[in-house]
Amino acid sequence: MENLILAIETSCDETAASVVRNGNEILSNVVASQIESQKRFGGVVPEIASRHHVEQITIVIEEALAKANIVPSDLDAVAVTEGPGLVGALLIGINAAKAFAFAHGLPIIGVHHIAGHIYATALVEEMQFPLLALVVSGGHTELVYMKEHGSFEVIGETRDDAAGEAYDKVARVLNLPYPGGPHIDRMAHEAKRGVEFPRAWLEDSYDFSFSGLKSAVINYKHNLEQRGEKIVPEEIAKGFQDSVVEVLTTKTVRAAKDFGVKQVIVAGGVSANRGLRESLRKALEQEGIPFTAPPLNLCTDNAAMIAACAAYMYEAGVRSDLSMNGLPGKELKSWIGENDNLRQS
Amino acid sequence: MIWLGIETSNKPLSVSIVRDGQVLAEIVQNTNMTHSVTCMPAIEEVFRKANLTPVDIDAIAVSEGPGSYTGLRIGVTIAKTLAWTLRKPLAGVSSLKVLASNAELYKGIICALFDARRKNVYAAAYRGMNLETVIPEHHGSLEELLQQLKEYNDQILFVGMDVQKFKEDIQTVLGEQAKFAPSSLNLPRASKLIELAEKEPLPSLETIHSFVPKYYRLAEAEAKWLEQHQKEQS
Ligand SMILES: [Zn+2]
Repeated sequence: MENLILAIETSCDETAASVVRNGNEILSNVVASQIESQKRFGGVVPEIASRHHVEQITIVIEEALAKANIVPSDLDAVAVTEGPGLVGALLIGINAAKAFAFAHGLPIIGVHHIAGHIYATALVEEMQFPLLALVVSGGHTELVYMKEHGSFEVIGETRDDAAGEAYDKVARVLNLPYPGGPHIDRMAHEAKRGVEFPRAWLEDSYDFSFSGLKSAVINYKHNLEQRGEKIVPEEIAKGFQDSVVEVLTTKTVRAAKDFGVKQVIVAGGVSANRGLRESLRKALEQEGIPFTAPPLNLCTDNAAMIAACAAYMYEAGVRSDLSMNGLPGKELKSWIGENDNLRQS
Repeated sequence: MIWLGIETSNKPLSVSIVRDGQVLAEIVQNTNMTHSVTCMPAIEEVFRKANLTPVDIDAIAVSEGPGSYTGLRIGVTIAKTLAWTLRKPLAGVSSLKVLASNAELYKGIICALFDARRKNVYAAAYRGMNLETVIPEHHGSLEELLQQLKEYNDQILFVGMDVQKFKEDIQTVLGEQAKFAPSSLNLPRASKLIELAEKEPLPSLETIHSFVPKYYRLAEAEAKWLEQHQKEQS
């Protein structure tokens, strides 16, 4: 495979652009974060995110090209996150990508954000098929089975809150600053013991549920407050994280064995969580199943992962056109074996 | 001098290519399709009709606001990306002035307005061929705007797609003083946008990165946050 791709990602609150060669060599990976601004509101405000993207977009693309030391005529294609994500935010990246592609006569490729997260792995090592991906982020908790490149089958997903969403909500209950996930992870490691919280197993299914756990945390804290007892936030954090991690690990290992996969990968913002990485590593090692967790900067939202995914789509002949729209609820669909869908909707 | 003009500030869409004051190609449409789907194909089409390629243009003009936040961002994002990557100057023009320029031959005052919901409007008023500002672009209540306009001893022509919605309110306050533009003048034209941009000196290339829409309003969350913050400080 030989191609050079510029990718743009603006699905949430990071404005990102990257240049990747052959789907695995990162020439540049620029991310402008809005965390400082969004912190004021305790979460991502879509309108604010969109305004920041317009301010940053050309600066970020310029930096990505400059750091990669390439000019537009060196490129083979422009890739961009088509969805899912915040629609107003997606539109900035998409329209910038389309304008850039049009200006230089380049093809354009719309990439699914979760496929991008999964393909972050390709930037680290060659993906081994069949493969199982656990995708965990603020908006997603999914187990995705991949028979080969470009083939996706969602075998399990959350029935209510995404894991990252649960982290954010529990962080708010514990009065931790936004984003709360890293704080909970750190506190869980500092705690000597954890509060005993329930695990939602949803037997005979690879699906997840985190809303019951979230309520249990809220009730626990509320009961202590009512009785005037001392609250140890670290113990709550550890109890919560232990529950989330155990369910995610157990289901992932079970699915990996059931499907006989050659590799398990973890992807998405929550995969930066140390507790989750360690637990998955240990459990999969015991089963003798290879496990890959991309480095932290490739787990959180970035454009290199979008470029890596687009590299394989480019080879398969997948193209979008100038009427591409932002798809906030875009489904994860295979791009191989479905020739009718090759030209994306 | 070849200009590309992009106007997506509200529901209508217009893109145009103008060479030395002559319109080569123009698209004006008013459908329910999102600008995200229609704008780039429309730009591609005017280039094809004008038999030009992107590198042929010398400057880009875009409606900078006020208007729909999403609409503005789509036009501005496309315009600034093209301007930056083609290294061409980018000029922003008030979207209200673009609309008012449709009626620049009118003898009285021209008031352009967009609905901003809850009886609020984005509005401005101008006068004469050079569209001198009578009331600058702002966001405010329709009632206040009408009371302000009433003070002028002049006929007032209202232009804009949303004027129809407020016709009764306007007539109640202004009576015979109010005139209404024919519907063909209520759609903004990118060629008029370019005409207005050409009257100003070309901005330097250094201004492209920092070019953003003029929203005339803070995001709701930001306004609340500031309010909260000022309370805490006092
Ligand atoms: Zn993500």
